[in-house]
Amino acid sequence: METILYIAHTESNGSLSKASMETLTAASDLAKKLAGATFVAGLIGENVQSAVNAVSNCGASKFYAVEGADFGSSRYASDVAALEILIRTANATIVLASSTSRFCRAMPGVAYRLKGLIDTHVSGFETGSGKLEIQRWYYRQRMVASMSRTQRPWLLLVDSGIYPAFQAQTGSATLQKIDMKLDESKKKTKVVGLQAPQTTAQTIRPDAALLFVAGAGWTKKQADGQIHIKDAERIILDFLNSSNASLGSSKSLVDQGSEGEEVLPFLSHLNQVGQTGSTPRHPKGLAACCHGEEPHTVGWRFINERRAVNLDPNCGWAQGKADVLYVADAFQVMTKVTELLTKK
Amino acid sequence: MAQGFHIVVCGSLVPDPLQTLEPIQSPTGPALKNEMMLPAVLDPWAAHALYEAANLAKKTGGDSKVWLVSLGPKAKLQQLMMTMAQKAAFELVAIDGSSSGFTDSAEVAQTLAGAIEKIPGLDKSRLLVFGGCSSASRDAGATIQLIGEHLGITDQFLAVDEFTVQNDGSFKILERVEAGQYQVSVCSALPIAIGWATGNLPEPPNNPQIGMVNMRTIMPALQKAQAAKVGAEGVTFASVKLPQQQRQTKIVKDVPVDEIARDIVEWIKS
Ligand SMILES: Cc1cc2nc3c(=O)[nH]c(=O)nc-3n(C[C@H](O)[C@H](O)[C@H](O)COP(=O)(O)OP(=O)(O)OC[C@H]3O[C@@H](n4cnc5c(N)ncnc54)[C@H](O)[C@@H]3O)c2cc1C
Repeated sequence: METILYIAHTESNGSLSKASMETLTAASDLAKKLAGATFVAGLIGENVQSAVNAVSNCGASKFYAVEGADFGSSRYASDVAALEILIRTANATIVLASSTSRFCRAMPGVAYRLKGLIDTHVSGFETGSGKLEIQRWYYRQRMVASMSRTQRPWLLLVDSGIYPAFQAQTGSATLQKIDMKLDESKKKTKVVGLQAPQTTAQTIRPDAALLFVAGAGWTKKQADGQIHIKDAERIILDFLNSSNASLGSSKSLVDQGSEGEEVLPFLSHLNQVGQTGSTPRHPKGLAACCHGEEPHTVGWRFINERRAVNLDPNCGWAQGKADVLYVADAFQVMTKVTELLTKK
Repeated sequence: MAQGFHIVVCGSLVPDPLQTLEPIQSPTGPALKNEMMLPAVLDPWAAHALYEAANLAKKTGGDSKVWLVSLGPKAKLQQLMMTMAQKAAFELVAIDGSSSGFTDSAEVAQTLAGAIEKIPGLDKSRLLVFGGCSSASRDAGATIQLIGEHLGITDQFLAVDEFTVQNDGSFKILERVEAGQYQVSVCSALPIAIGWATGNLPEPPNNPQIGMVNMRTIMPALQKAQAAKVGAEGVTFASVKLPQQQRQTKIVKDVPVDEIARDIVEWIKS
């Protein structure tokens, strides 16, 4: 019989992130589907009581916690130690946590210490055969596998955007606090804080309904033989403001920064989508001045509806990578789109 | 600095991202069609780690040194080195084994950590273990942490874009976190393990001189590469499939800008 442990960490305001709430849905579903499974929960953070109260209706039979100032920030050494003791105490055989940056960093080390194994980027569960099978992608979203393991504990990091967020009903839950003192050797690293990239606008919006991808065409010579960077900058920012889209980019466009060419100042490598960039999840995506080459479009795997604006009717988008390709000048089209969006 | 860094970069080959990949069943589990024939590149994020390592070693000077520890089929590693040798100064530690994405990160990490432990003269008190934050094959983002654990490294960072040595000798690290932000941390002492994102450096141009120096150690390293068995013990793959990827693209051509814009706005709002 499996013991399924759902693990989350609190955010700086003491709440649970949307991604954590989604994984809670996955964990409580799984516990219902795996016959005879026990379902427990565990939290780490500076102070987790209010977060636990908020999810007290999730069906977990116990709530474990490692809390205190030492566990408030996202640091490998303290996180691994806390997570290890949490999983040991719960006697968990299957552990579900969301793919937050904090858990992506720490969970592999936890698996090592528990002599368990880990799978990351989990995108689905199957229990039809009476045992757990997971789905995950290989070769950067190029192929999808269903797989199972015999070893336990089995740690699973679940990607966000797959399950609906758990519908919390605030109640009260009794915490089983695990006492943990952190020795100085685990405090060699101090988290100083958060920093936005050295760009002038906050353009990455993970919860946006639309992803807008800008490609290198925005900085290339146009029909008049000139480069129009300032126009490109204004058109893109105006569109982002009027649509609330999240801004993605091709590699070619963000690389121009490190190669010393004139660039769009609000873009950084963090905007890059694709093989060596991100694989964001948004319901819709619109690409403009981007060719739609395979190393770029693998980052679109989880964008359901895709459209592109490109001057080239034979660009990658035309080869079955987009639902609609508009063969047109993106400078003109996007200016008009913003005009229509802002018109009351 | 007289005492430089000992930087071990872990990275191996992956199929060139421009290639079309197709899964097949082999006697040892899932594999890629024509895997041995596919043109390969150094795993992109590991390549960034290598460029950052070479740059740090050069900037720091002293007796700083970079090793590239690579697990892959020997013949393919040799081909890869023909291009990589000219990019950055390093000493190769080669291990002859599978570079398939279907191997398990725990087995790969154990093999790599074993090879690192055997590097003569490696000083853990000034050790930096670098690698990519995720591979283009397995894409687990777990191998560097597991190697770190094997080596007893408890200060680890993932998806790093910047690593700076500060005046007081501490290290400042910028990691990518949610919503396009960086977490800034300061670590007081080595050893440290880092899974790199893209970093801040462009791909270095080919340098034939560096290539010649590297080749002197690369060929012997390839010759003495130990064979290692890495797989995914205990894993059962029920299926590996290509997704239904091809869309029926509707191409809208010779249509006035206003009409296209209206169509896009309608779609955004729907
Ligand atoms: C190892 C490796 C990893 C990679 N990883 C990534 C990755 O993560 N992400 C990524 O994006 N790429 C990646 N690439 C690069 C990828 O192969 C392409 O080179 C890149 O995506 C091209 O970017 P682009 O389409 O913006 O630029 P280009 O190929 O230069 O295309 C510009 C496009 O703009 C169009 N255009 C120009 N002017 C206009 C206009 N006025 N209106 C409309 N259209 C216009 C042109 O027709 C053209 O199609 C990787 C490559 C390698 C080898």
